[in-house]
Amino acid sequence: MLGTAAVATVALLVLTPGTAAAATSTNATIGSTPTPVPTSADIRTSDQRIDVRGGPGVPGTVSLDTTLYLPETTPAPAVLVAHGFGGNKRSVDTDARQLADRGYVVLTWSARGFGASGGQIALDSPDHEVADAEQLVDWLGGRPEVQQDGPGDPRVGVTGGSYGGALSLLLAGYDRRVDALAPVITWNDLSQALFPNAGGPTDLPEDTPARGTFGGDGVFKRGWAGVFFSSGSSSTGGAAGATGATDDSTGSTNGAAPTDGSDTSDTTGDDGSAAGSDTGSSDTGSDANGSSDDTSSGSNGSDGTTTSTNDLASALGARTGGGLPASAVPPAAPPVTCGRFTAEVCAAYTEAATTGRLSPATEALLRRSSPVSVTDRITAPTLIVQGEQDTLFGLDQADANARQIAAHGTPVKLAWYAGGHDGAAAGQAVRDQIGEWFDFHLRGTGEDPGTSFSYEVESGIRAGRTTTTSRTVVADAYPGLSGAAPVTTQALPLTGQPQVVANPAGGNPAAITSLPGLGGALGSLGSRLSAFTADLPGQSALFAGPALTAQTDVAGAPRLDVTVSRMPGQPAADEAVLFAKTYEVGQDGLRQLLGNAVAPVRVAVPTDGSPARVSITLPGVVAPIEVGNRLVVSISTTDQGFASPAEPAVWRIGLAEGAALAVPVVPGRAVTTSTVPVWPLVGIGVVLLLSLVGWLVAKALRRRREVPPAGAADAPPLEISGLAKTYKGGFSAVKEVSFTVQPGMVLGLLGPNGAGKTTVLRMLMGLISPTSGSIRAFGEPVGPGAPVLARIGAFVEGPGFLPHLSGADNLRLYWAATGRPTEEAHLEEALEVAGLGESVHRRVGTYSQGMRQRLAIAQAMLGLPELLVLDEPTNGLDPPQIHAMRELLRRYAEGGRTVLVSSHLLAEVEQTCTHVVVMHHGRVVADGTVDDIIAGGGAASFGVDVPERAVEVLAALDGVRDVAAEGRLVHAELNGTPRASAVQALVAAGISVESAGPRRRLEDAFLQLVGEDTAP
Amino acid sequence: MTQPSEHESRGDWLHRDAKYADPSTRKGHVGLLAADGSPASSYRAGRTLPLRVELVRQLKRRRTQVTFALVALLPVILWIAFSLTSDEGPGTSVNLVDLAKGSGTNFAVFALFATAGFLLVVVVALFFGDTVASEASWSSLRYLLAAPVPRARLLRQKAIVAGLLSFTALLLLPVVALVVGTLAYGTGDLVSPTGESLGYWAAAGRALLGGVYVAVNLLWVAGLALLLSVSTDAPLGAVGGAVMTSIVSQILDQITALEDLRNYLPTHYANAWSDLLASRIDWGDMTRGAFGSITWAAVLFALAAWRFHRKDVTS
Repeated sequence: MLGTAAVATVALLVLTPGTAAAATSTNATIGSTPTPVPTSADIRTSDQRIDVRGGPGVPGTVSLDTTLYLPETTPAPAVLVAHGFGGNKRSVDTDARQLADRGYVVLTWSARGFGASGGQIALDSPDHEVADAEQLVDWLGGRPEVQQDGPGDPRVGVTGGSYGGALSLLLAGYDRRVDALAPVITWNDLSQALFPNAGGPTDLPEDTPARGTFGGDGVFKRGWAGVFFSSGSSSTGGAAGATGATDDSTGSTNGAAPTDGSDTSDTTGDDGSAAGSDTGSSDTGSDANGSSDDTSSGSNGSDGTTTSTNDLASALGARTGGGLPASAVPPAAPPVTCGRFTAEVCAAYTEAATTGRLSPATEALLRRSSPVSVTDRITAPTLIVQGEQDTLFGLDQADANARQIAAHGTPVKLAWYAGGHDGAAAGQAVRDQIGEWFDFHLRGTGEDPGTSFSYEVESGIRAGRTTTTSRTVVADAYPGLSGAAPVTTQALPLTGQPQVVANPAGGNPAAITSLPGLGGALGSLGSRLSAFTADLPGQSALFAGPALTAQTDVAGAPRLDVTVSRMPGQPAADEAVLFAKTYEVGQDGLRQLLGNAVAPVRVAVPTDGSPARVSITLPGVVAPIEVGNRLVVSISTTDQGFASPAEPAVWRIGLAEGAALAVPVVPGRAVTTSTVPVWPLVGIGVVLLLSLVGWLVAKALRRRREVPPAGAADAPPLEISGLAKTYKGGFSAVKEVSFTVQPGMVLGLLGPNGAGKTTVLRMLMGLISPTSGSIRAFGEPVGPGAPVLARIGAFVEGPGFLPHLSGADNLRLYWAATGRPTEEAHLEEALEVAGLGESVHRRVGTYSQGMRQRLAIAQAMLGLPELLVLDEPTNGLDPPQIHAMRELLRRYAEGGRTVLVSSHLLAEVEQTCTHVVVMHHGRVVADGTVDDIIAGGGAASFGVDVPERAVEVLAALDGVRDVAAEGRLVHAELNGTPRASAVQALVAAGISVESAGPRRRLEDAFLQLVGEDTAP
Repeated sequence: MTQPSEHESRGDWLHRDAKYADPSTRKGHVGLLAADGSPASSYRAGRTLPLRVELVRQLKRRRTQVTFALVALLPVILWIAFSLTSDEGPGTSVNLVDLAKGSGTNFAVFALFATAGFLLVVVVALFFGDTVASEASWSSLRYLLAAPVPRARLLRQKAIVAGLLSFTALLLLPVVALVVGTLAYGTGDLVSPTGESLGYWAAAGRALLGGVYVAVNLLWVAGLALLLSVSTDAPLGAVGGAVMTSIVSQILDQITALEDLRNYLPTHYANAWSDLLASRIDWGDMTRGAFGSITWAAVLFALAAWRFHRKDVTS
């Protein structure tokens, strides 16, 4: 057992490493491993291609590959589900089906440049992808299955992760017809996401928990940008592409989805119209006419929108007016490295990747593709979901979106979950939340989800798959948002002298903190790697906080003011590029990089040697810090994920005067239904009540059945009538057995093996129930547990003792089990009977067969029962013991008690018993005194002095036969002639008769009774 | 010492055998047996097999003693194992073992985590599965039934004693683990796998409450083991059958494709007690787990009683 326990423990731990990400589930019952979620089969889907205008710089139309999911009942509100970067419409199939299951018409599509759609990736450009989505809304506006708010204005919501999330926000900004949206893990300002600068002036307001600095001229996030770009450039038209592990869910947007690049050149060579006709021919063709209709209805719809609201018209105008310069129109042969990106995006990336700096043109391009440009126009209720493990689009991006949208009174709800581009995809809990959001805001059903804020706290402890390692905390509102109180911060005074850090030439070697694009389980490798490589010697300044005296759940972005200055005589550039990060350091020295994230800072340092004071917003994280652990801020010069300057530099970094680490804390309540669920509780009550009732009923029935009819005082100790037992399987062990035992008898139950003796005794002890007939003892019926059994002592089928107890203890405990007073037991006498001497105190397990036999007989005699039943009592006894046993039984019966002995040995019964019942084949074949049975045949023996003469005399008598001499004895079958007549005849013949009596051979009688069956 | 000679009138064989009599078998007070004992009027079915007697019968068994010793030693063994493992040094992420070394309460929680899935199942299955089947295998069952102890009462008393022993073992483990852990790792806060902290005394109470939940959750094992115990004469079969069923249920619970069906598996909520390790306790899963287990147990115990009541005891 010890071994198995150890194995179980090991198994528990072995499970953990590979499932670190899986263990971070949002819900104990639903792991984050994408489980197939049941959706009803009533959902109908139809694939169709919808042609949309190419937009500025793209001649003709672009054909989009779409799927429409229709719920059971229509018309219903519609939801657009946009996929993530590198995915296609199939990536969001599960989300779409779940929403359709909730009763929505769902439209998914492959964005231009992805999947089987035509066109090129313009990075959620308002003139391209966003305009596409608007035309899809137009299309929905012409569908009879979709509930309409007005002509060409469907009731529609939009959701999507990452790339699709930004599209959701942009669409809601540009198209007033959107009624609700739920963007997931997406950006607010792509220029800040890809070129972050967390350093800035010290007067940044402290209102929301994860407010980012968003300082300009950031540091290029080259790791992620490369992953992002390469997944777009290798994206192919193959509908089977995008097979990332998490692709089937909303959060499947980490851009790392591997795609097969077999036909890259084919699709990259296509322009929009060519792709449209090309892929149109490969379509299933079911909806060929429909697609042209769709196009026309789409254009009608867009007419409708331009006429419906002036706002929208001006918005469209502004977009087209401020659109792409003519020079950005793709040349005839784009470079192969651009993949399916538009030339404009490709050029911007190439520039950024080679210079590492954000040019104004690129900034303008990224800004146009960012929700920040439209957040002030979003009026639809917005549910913003962001991941806590996201070094691409951090919590600061969601914070900015929420702040900007809520500033105009639009209801905004925020949810942070444990996952993101570096972790798990959004799980079922998030999907349910989105579904509930649409239920309320599109259909008006369900509870108002309100504008609360929830975040998931993950311990980071590696545990088994079944162990929940996270909890969700809910606050009534996102602090600092639309009138809510600003975030509370805890100021932790840091200690640390100013330290000197060096940037190596070429920025190499660089610290490694995260592995962009791996996501999920592999991404957690980064966290383990970072423990060793996050801080390289000589490159980091460390400032430690105090050991915490109470547990603190950090929720948001901590801030710290530091000073940066030059070292005289040491190389340094005009500006310092530094990377700040927060560690949790345990009492044992265990170090964990919070969020696996770093905050890059670009700060201009005065050339006169005076320090530059900069306020650094550290990465937004959610982390529970245990008591005794401390937070340590590290400021270093390199990070693998960012483009750090190649020039060598030396900086002196110190804490700013009076600076403390401001740690945001969002108090809330844990999401637990701390109320006990009613139905299971009621169920427990019902089950317990039923059990009680069942028990009482069973008890009452038993009591009624077991009221013992008082036996008559003079009833015989045992009366068996018509007893029969047929075992399962049809074997009849006992048939029609009837006999009566009177007080004082020593009755022998005689029969060969298998005659049914033991079966009779088992029934007599209430161990088995007779098939028919009855047994009465002292006038009371005998059955299982009948009280009259207390007056019967039995030894049947060998002894039964607890081997671990001594003989004496066995007898004592057996008597105690009968519940009768100790003084009735006559224990001393019984032990005397057993005659075990000192052995009586040894364990029964060590006894010989004979010793156990005697102990068992002694046990049967405990309490001096009025009827003693012994089954083969002399088995295993030696001759002296057998002799003593016979004597004992006779004496026992002399006191008016009754003894029933079963045996298959003739001599045994003959010598012990006064009466005998002979059984054979389950039937009683003879019943009477021993003498009667023996004498029944009339055989007699005579002791004479002249045997030869006696034989002659007896043979001459009338009717006498079978006369034979044996020594001085003469046997004869008198056959009815009285023995006295025979003696008289012998005496008359002058023979002296010494003895005369029945011939003592029960064996003969027995053989005669049972027939030839027992003959050898 | 009374020689049987005065009773030789029955036949001369008696006299012949007397000289072989082994001294240890001589019946000094055989005469007393003849004296009239009171009839068994003092018998009351409700007094048979008192709990105290059954408890003594079970406690004197080596099996019981070894089980308790093992349960009490396990935390010590864990502590030794933890002391032997060298620290991996800072840098790696925290796992449950690291957590267990944090404080006495964490250690107790870990001990419960490590044993609840298998060891404690075996303990409960052992006490319940062995109780009737072992009597049958020793043949002592028929003498108890012929005493007579009514069958329903026999089963009830044995189930109560097995329940007492199981419950004691289940609580002994966290208690000993708490003592060992506190001596070894101090009275720090409990840090739950979800990263929440609880004060020492609160956490100690939760650990014990966890033991109580595990006991309730294992009721179904008790019921199944008892049913098997009255159905077979082989104690090992009864114990093994119950443990196997538990393992099969745990395996089925891993198959996510079964979806909601898994909620009806008796082991589905086996780890729900970890909800106790939060500042606000979520009683949902524990209530559902208790409901499931109690329902299973009620059915299985009823089946055991019904079966034992009708059974032909032939062992």
